[in-house]
Amino acid sequence: MMAILVLAMAVQRNLFAVVVLAGIYSFLMASVLVALDAVDVAMTEASVGAGVSTVLLLGALYLTKGEEAKAVSKTGVPLLVSIGVAGALVYGTFGLPAFSDPDAPIHTHVVPRYLDESLKVTGVPNVVTSVLASWRGYDTLGETTVVFTAGAGVVALLRRRRRDEAQR
Amino acid sequence: MRGDLVLRVVAKLFIPFMLLFALYVQFHGELGPGGGFQAGVIIAAAIIFYALIFGLPDARRLLPESIVEAMMAGGVLIYAGVGVAGLLLGGNYLDYFVLDPDPVHGQERGIFWIEIGVAVTVSGVMVKIFYMFAGRTHDPED
Repeated sequence: MMAILVLAMAVQRNLFAVVVLAGIYSFLMASVLVALDAVDVAMTEASVGAGVSTVLLLGALYLTKGEEAKAVSKTGVPLLVSIGVAGALVYGTFGLPAFSDPDAPIHTHVVPRYLDESLKVTGVPNVVTSVLASWRGYDTLGETTVVFTAGAGVVALLRRRRRDEAQR
Repeated sequence: MRGDLVLRVVAKLFIPFMLLFALYVQFHGELGPGGGFQAGVIIAAAIIFYALIFGLPDARRLLPESIVEAMMAGGVLIYAGVGVAGLLLGGNYLDYFVLDPDPVHGQERGIFWIEIGVAVTVSGVMVKIFYMFAGRTHDPED
């Protein structure tokens, strides 16, 4: 179903329909993540992917034309490149351990320690929260700074435009 | 969309619950799914929802741009401030154990504050980006 959606998005030339399809795709992705027991990520996907980014894309669409422009160059080489990359990625997945394999490296390295000690050390039952905020506190600080920098970048870009228009 | 009575009434009904849910996600994040990032996005979504139904000027009056910009930087400062508080209390940077005489309580306290920092920055950035996009008028010369 998600593959059908992606194909529809690639074929569709009306950008409004593409944005709506992308929102539906995000909701489906969120349900897949719930099925994988990654509720925290599913929540983020549903609120950011389906909610806020759809609204932002619609806002951007209002500022541009509603139809996708015809491609100028030939599509042969890009198609080959993307098929090649997709093939390499699929080939890479053959090297991964089987899904939910208990002997996979991710389950034998630091994860048992997190699961065992999270509640004792931090008093926080949600391991995702304690890993994000405590064990990986530096990473999360970096992520927050990235979010801030992204916002500051958007502000800087769109502000300058407005001043130019005032000068014109 | 300002004239649509149904939308306005439904929005007024929904927004308090969205904000309440955001607070639940924020403060219940230690026990259930959720946390600062998700809560920040839900807060931003509630405000964007308000702006869509009642118009951008009303939303700007509700949450002025100056406050939004202060939120963007303030959240990172809260987060970094927790780290500095750890330093001042004799620990390492972002060391929560020293924030309270009981180390487990210190961890909870540190996580609580950095989650607030994340939520403040994320909601500020989301709302600001929406304001920037929605505030631009359609310019045929582009």
